[in-house]
Amino acid sequence: MNKQISRISLFALLLLAALIVATTYWQAWAAPGLAARQDNAIERVAQFEIKRGRIYASDGKTVLATNVRRKSAGQTLYFRHYPTNGFASQVIGYSTQGRSRAGLERSENAYLTASNANLGTIWERLSDRLRGATVTGNDLVLNLKVGAERLAESALKGNCGAAVVLNPKTGAVYVMASSPTYNPNLIESDKGFASILKAPSACPGSSSALLDRATQGLYTPGSTFKTVTAAAALDDHVFGPDSSFYDPGYCTEYGQRISNALNPDQTAESYGNVNFLEAYEHSINAVFCNIGKTLGAKRILDKAKQFGFYSKPPIELPSNEVAPSGLYNFAKHALYDDPKLVDPGRLAFGQEHLLVTPLQMALVAAAVANHGTIMVPRLVKEVRSHGGSVVTKTKPHVWKHAMTPRTAGILSTFMQAVVTGGTGTQAQIPGIKVAGKTGTAETGKPHVYTAWFIFFAPADNPQVAGAVVLENQLNGFGGAVAAPIAKQLMQAILPGASKH
Amino acid sequence: MAALTTPRNRELFYLAVVGILTAVGFASVYIARRSLVSWDSLGYAVFFFALYVAAHLVARRAVPNADPYLLPMAGLLTAVGVTEIYRLGPSDAFKQGLWIVIGVVLFAIALLGLRRDYRVLEQYKYLFGVGAIVLLFLPRLPVIGETVNGARLWVHAGPLQLQPGEFAKVALIVFLAAYLREKREVLAQGRPKDVGPLLVIWGGCMLVLVETNDLGSGLLYFGIFLAMLYIATARLSFVLVGIALFLAGGVVAYEKIAHVHERVTIWIHPWTAHKVFCPQTGGLALRQDCESYQLVRSLYSIASGGFGGSGLGKGTFLIPGKPPVQLIPYVNTDFIYSALAQELGLIGAAALLLVFMLFVARGMKVALQADDGFSKLLAAGLTFGFALQTFIIVGGVLRIIPLTGITLPFVSYGGSSIVANFLLLAGLLLVSHRANSS
Repeated sequence: MNKQISRISLFALLLLAALIVATTYWQAWAAPGLAARQDNAIERVAQFEIKRGRIYASDGKTVLATNVRRKSAGQTLYFRHYPTNGFASQVIGYSTQGRSRAGLERSENAYLTASNANLGTIWERLSDRLRGATVTGNDLVLNLKVGAERLAESALKGNCGAAVVLNPKTGAVYVMASSPTYNPNLIESDKGFASILKAPSACPGSSSALLDRATQGLYTPGSTFKTVTAAAALDDHVFGPDSSFYDPGYCTEYGQRISNALNPDQTAESYGNVNFLEAYEHSINAVFCNIGKTLGAKRILDKAKQFGFYSKPPIELPSNEVAPSGLYNFAKHALYDDPKLVDPGRLAFGQEHLLVTPLQMALVAAAVANHGTIMVPRLVKEVRSHGGSVVTKTKPHVWKHAMTPRTAGILSTFMQAVVTGGTGTQAQIPGIKVAGKTGTAETGKPHVYTAWFIFFAPADNPQVAGAVVLENQLNGFGGAVAAPIAKQLMQAILPGASKH
Repeated sequence: MAALTTPRNRELFYLAVVGILTAVGFASVYIARRSLVSWDSLGYAVFFFALYVAAHLVARRAVPNADPYLLPMAGLLTAVGVTEIYRLGPSDAFKQGLWIVIGVVLFAIALLGLRRDYRVLEQYKYLFGVGAIVLLFLPRLPVIGETVNGARLWVHAGPLQLQPGEFAKVALIVFLAAYLREKREVLAQGRPKDVGPLLVIWGGCMLVLVETNDLGSGLLYFGIFLAMLYIATARLSFVLVGIALFLAGGVVAYEKIAHVHERVTIWIHPWTAHKVFCPQTGGLALRQDCESYQLVRSLYSIASGGFGGSGLGKGTFLIPGKPPVQLIPYVNTDFIYSALAQELGLIGAAALLLVFMLFVARGMKVALQADDGFSKLLAAGLTFGFALQTFIIVGGVLRIIPLTGITLPFVSYGGSSIVANFLLLAGLLLVSHRANSS
């Protein structure tokens, strides 16, 4: 019988060995995938045993996110608290038990929970664990400026819209505001969450306050896109700054007339003979329509891609909270870039099926301001350990070369003309050269527009660049409603700008 | 090391090692959960060690030549189990401690009562056979029977809850060892009329499966039967036919019995991307939030252990809230392995499984050394039953096979299981002593 017993022994031992193999599979191979699952309650609870790092505004003092300690079932748990009750809520996001995470709380989770691969952090966490001390995360210091961000949020209040202001030379994001906004302290409770979702919106039919309109809101850019069209024309030397055009008040596309914006007497504006600067300054659709037809859709789209369209700006937010800009198929809610399917005339002045994010348009202004180079937009200034030492400091990086410095210089004069004598005079700041471009995009509803203003200043040494957008403006033109907000933001940030 | 030359001295030495490990385990649970636990907890380790020294003294008197590793390994497994049960709920550990006392007492009675010649059991084989069947059907009886988690496996006797299936397993092995020893030559010829009993036992296992709704026990009894039949007759064809019959029965059960069907579905698709019908609520839900949430959360528990584990007492088994919710129901019985895997990690879980493997290796060595057919069959049957039971529950938890509620020998919380496994250990020591004495 011993032969059979040996065989049965072998079989029994193989059964048990299979258990070791399977345990290895779950604990080594499958573990990362399981840990990432949203319904994994252990990972969620385990994260609450960690004292998450704080989040500070750029002054390094204003606390945007901190923790409250609570004892539950014999464990000390740390729950998130947002002392500002709403400050760039969509950017900071939230970290809750029930609803997981969003915003920087999600994308910077590794730093905030000290699970990043930084050697000093690993050592600190290990010693915390061995001593049985609470693991404490790294603190984030953001580039967001307290005064300007608050100003932007209050200026947008009551409207749906967004504002983005950044430093064109470094990419540091000073303001990223989205309206309507919410109080992140309400997210955790079911009642609070429902109240955020159900809050009446200033713009009927639009999505909730949780959406970061600055990076995810998709808007028709209108005339602000003429900046990209002009860059395409100038970079390819199809037209020069001195090229002259004739504006009859309309442009003929596929045999149909597309009229310019209307005068108060309901007749289409007509400027007659104009040069390139004047066409841009007064935002003449008919001229840009013809420029578009001459350039062709492919050239314009290729230039747009050099500006970063069709890709997500590499900001530190979670990838699914940033949308790419470009031509959208509304039915499929998907991007397309086939020039054959595009009407180049309408594309040239920013209509067609073009949808853009405020962040992308801020980067268009920043490209002009920074000699054609777009820097990677950065929300985080530095990461500090809980002891106070700096873990990493964010350095400026180039993202895109959008156009030649020569073209950027020409466009800078164009944009300054818009503010000095064109459609954007309301953004003027005494003593400071402001450059800008208005946009008033049709929404499909009569007399209801999406109002835009993109800008940078001071024009000779740009410190800020940005975009302001307001949805659903009844007879609201970009120069009238968006430009004044942009002016306030520039004044708040630029040193020496008079506040009146 | 002259003192370590006799088997019993070696046993005492290894028990001392186990005692130290137990003390370290309890101490680390204490340190990790300072707010809940007092220094008295170390009393558990002392009490535990004393209990095993008592078992050792009985073994020294009754079976001096028996294998010196089996008792310390059983002690280690029980210690690991009690430590984890204590960490999960101190009051359960106290009850488990009482059951271990009862187990050791029965172990001592078995050793002392059968120390002259355990082979007298052969004469009562039909008593064991009938006993096994009666025990298996006890939970079916009204009043005392109880359904837990969809399977009918429990009986009530006053304040006691018993799982008679655990004892049926030992009784079945004793019966089979005696019966097969007697009939092995006849069976080996493979005449159709001799295959009758095989079919009867197959039918019995299927009945158990249908009647108790329990896939795991059916597989366990039938697996033990096939292994012992193979050892007795050396005919692989019996095993293959048996497996085919079991699979056929399993397919029918899958088609006809909702509980079995559900278990298999959970096994194959524990996660769904879309909401499916949820029998518990009658509404629609993701399967991981409904039928399979126990398995899925147990997998999360194992996975979160990683290589080193969270450390004893540092794992997460409660979801904070008002009131806090148990992460995995039945965590200290069916899912003790996922708790251990979370806190001890791959290193600890693999070490635990290696102890199980060593126990099996030693048990099988006892079977190889035994002189007579009954002893060989008994030792091999007990050891294989131990191994297969471990595989069925841990394999179920690890999603190798469909999950069925069954205890992890010596480790899980549960009186019947502890006592039955002490009897199993007594059987192995008795056979080992006899084999080494001749």
